[in-house]
Amino acid sequence: MSKSLLLLCQSSPWSGLSARETLDVALAGGAFDLPISMLWLGDGVWQLAAGQQPELLAQKNLQAQLSSLPLFGVEQLFVCAESLAERSLQPDELALPVTALDSQQIKQLIQQADQVLNFS
Amino acid sequence: MQFAIVISSPAQSAAMRRALEFTRAVLAAGHSVNRVFFYQDAVLQASSLQVVAQDENNLTQQWQNLIQEYQLDAVVCIAAALRRGLVDAAEAQRYGLPASNLLPGFVLSGLGQLHEAIQEGERVVHFRGQA
Repeated sequence: MSKSLLLLCQSSPWSGLSARETLDVALAGGAFDLPISMLWLGDGVWQLAAGQQPELLAQKNLQAQLSSLPLFGVEQLFVCAESLAERSLQPDELALPVTALDSQQIKQLIQQADQVLNFS
Repeated sequence: MQFAIVISSPAQSAAMRRALEFTRAVLAAGHSVNRVFFYQDAVLQASSLQVVAQDENNLTQQWQNLIQEYQLDAVVCIAAALRRGLVDAAEAQRYGLPASNLLPGFVLSGLGQLHEAIQEGERVVHFRGQA
């Protein structure tokens, strides 16, 4: 039985390579059929905001990588409800179907994971 | 106990130093380390083109010594390395680059090696950030 891995995604999407490199870890794990879950929190929730125009920053869109998560079997996708609210983002307006969790549920998610990697 | 060490902190950072000292302490206490995986900005720790002032702590040399002493499996993520200008001889040839700069003791490989280390290690310790 494979160990579960939770990835904490705290990097804003266009501040550097970290958001993309965190998604790469998820996709690689999915390709090996490993149980991967992801939690976006803090400025990481901006990765999920719909309608971004990264081409204006000469950046490659993250959307292709985000959309391919379920295709790679990475389907346990969560977002911190408080981080969304702080930034006036609505859970149903995001670019990817994710489940919003409150702080108690986030605590449980982290406790249940066999391993956690925290990317910020 | 078997540890997997994951490092995403920049080369020469305080967190990189702690990763080194933690790894050294784990080994000195008789535990084993199945792999040290360098990811994100940590990959540049494996560059041979760093010049450390003589009166500064040379983390590069200390990592190399530790890797050699314990025959550690020190893997550098190849995708993260290529983006940041770190290549071995094979990649330099593949991309027609004028030189290679991966230090002896380190190997370039993919993220599968990270997942394998996590699956096989009893404990995973991730060093991140600068401080």
